[in-house]
Amino acid sequence: MSMAIAAEGEGFRPPGLADFWQPYVGDGAFAITRPMTLMVFSTVLIVVGMLVVTKKLSVVPGKTQMATEGVYDVVRNSIARDLIGSRDFLRFVPLLFAMFMLILVNNLFGVIPFIQYPTMSRIGFPLAITLVVYVVYLFIGMRRKGVWGYIKGLIPPGLPSWIIPLFFFLEILTFFFTRPVTLALRLFGNMFAGHLLLLLMTLGGEYMLLHGGPVLKVMSIGPFAMNFVLTIFELLVEFLQAYIFTLLAALYIAGSLADDH
Amino acid sequence: MTGSLAIVGYGLSAIGPGIGVGLIFAAYLNGVARQPEARGMLQPIAFLGFALTEALAIFGIALAFVFSG
Repeated sequence: MSMAIAAEGEGFRPPGLADFWQPYVGDGAFAITRPMTLMVFSTVLIVVGMLVVTKKLSVVPGKTQMATEGVYDVVRNSIARDLIGSRDFLRFVPLLFAMFMLILVNNLFGVIPFIQYPTMSRIGFPLAITLVVYVVYLFIGMRRKGVWGYIKGLIPPGLPSWIIPLFFFLEILTFFFTRPVTLALRLFGNMFAGHLLLLLMTLGGEYMLLHGGPVLKVMSIGPFAMNFVLTIFELLVEFLQAYIFTLLAALYIAGSLADDH
Repeated sequence: MTGSLAIVGYGLSAIGPGIGVGLIFAAYLNGVARQPEARGMLQPIAFLGFALTEALAIFGIALAFVFSG
């Protein structure tokens, strides 16, 4: 297929990493880019939206209050309370809810018309959020058990002594390297790959319709239909990633608070 | 046709974690179907296992980018 397309006219240019670099002001490391603007916009949107919704709360909730309470209920009860435990989950609800809303709104930007750029498809943004989680779960773990106690607590009790060095190495790797790296890369990878797929379908369909021969023109229905299906799929993935990120953050915090391994 | 063979390698290497994630959620669904009240206890275990398994696929994509240049 790609050979046939390449044979006609100027050739098809597949989308790539370069399509995600969209600076508005300046260039290089200090440029103000599209995802940065979207991040500021999403923060303002969430703050203003939450303030407006919670301005006049009523016992019998309206539609907006119902929806907001539904989202809050998911984070508070089915993520924070179930995973961290009813004793000290309330301290972490603000952090988890803020994280969930920020990731969700920024992910949804990927399919909202005229915005259509998932902020988390630039690695810097998931990295920054992950850094918060990383510092929080290490800090509360070390404050609870002390630095040495925390590191000693990584080894489950009752292991045969010859396996302890190996286990210790693996646990250190998990806690200090694998967890933060995968947390950031999972969000980034899902958003980046999903948006790239949408971009490929759109550009491919456009190329087949406008630059292809009669057969390709008819066959361009395929990419456009796939585009529609993938947009629905992306919507699902965007909700799921925000949920999984918050869930894993709560899980790591719960692990630091637990007494035994 | 031009392209990077590293991405093909990544596609192959994603098969393993794909099967692993499938097995984890199959076991989770089985457990919840047999004993619905155990859902709260099974969920963190399932997601922790999922996170660990998917970590392999995520390392794969990082390495695919590293070696594609």
